[in-house]
Amino acid sequence: MDTLNRKIINLLQAGFPLSEEPYLEVARHLGIEEQELLDRLSNLLDEKILSRFGPMYDAQKLGGAFSLVAVRVPEDDFDKVSEIVNSYPEVAHNYKRDHDYNMWYVLATDSPEKIDEVNSDIEKKIGMKVFNMPKLEEYYIGLRLPV
Amino acid sequence: MDMKVKYRLPSLPQQAVLDEQDQALITLIQTGLPLTPTPYADLAKQLNIDEKEVIQRIQDLNETKVIKRFGVVVRHHELGYRANAMTVWDIPDETVSELGLCMGQFDFVTLCYRRPRRLPDWPYNLFTMIHGKDRDDVLANIQLLAKRCDLDEIEHKVLFSTRRFKQRGAIYR
Repeated sequence: MDTLNRKIINLLQAGFPLSEEPYLEVARHLGIEEQELLDRLSNLLDEKILSRFGPMYDAQKLGGAFSLVAVRVPEDDFDKVSEIVNSYPEVAHNYKRDHDYNMWYVLATDSPEKIDEVNSDIEKKIGMKVFNMPKLEEYYIGLRLPV
Repeated sequence: MDMKVKYRLPSLPQQAVLDEQDQALITLIQTGLPLTPTPYADLAKQLNIDEKEVIQRIQDLNETKVIKRFGVVVRHHELGYRANAMTVWDIPDETVSELGLCMGQFDFVTLCYRRPRRLPDWPYNLFTMIHGKDRDDVLANIQLLAKRCDLDEIEHKVLFSTRRFKQRGAIYR
């Protein structure tokens, strides 16, 4: 990735103007043409370097719920179990990690009650205990990495 | 990298009061802002309200923290942050908030949450997501964190990810 793309990403990770011509404002700040900024953003999205350009919501404020869930899956069963777990639309992501608790998935649902429902359903289907670990307190959400 | 260690108060999310117009706006921009010279005017047209109102509503959603961040959302892996470790800590309940706030100050800590212990199986109550260019970089960051926040006595485990299955933003209705 070239220097200009890095500059664009670092600048826009910090926010975006709420003005009539926000792209023009940002482009001027970077010393480039508005059209170049629009083209570059569009390319970064197409290349999936950016997952989104816009708001990141607090799901809990919208009445939704998130939870992190851990499972101890025997190595031989891992593929089979992950296929079942990943088939749920409520599973936002799922990571395999090198620990006794080796499966870690995140549920995103539109209500807190739904978290327990989906987890019980998953437990029944995979025949293993799942450990629900919802967030109790949040100290920081940065997701702002210098590139 | 911001190395200053200062505390900020954690927020306790509660459901926000949103009217129909807010809901429509939230749904409309959840996949992204229009890449056009006048994105807010274009959204206004679609919602049948004026541009000033769109801007005001987004500003209010920012202020009430319904929108946590407004800008680009990056994919870590594609940007060269190829390693991440969920690092979990077993911290006495009396000091967990203080230490959590300390850890949350570092740029390479992208998530810092307190979660319930699941005794006797799982004793860890503080979860941090630590990023780095590679595994050594992640481990060096964890050492730095332990030193700066005085965590030497705290039992912790580093869980590197070895496979990623899905990554999507949540969809709101």
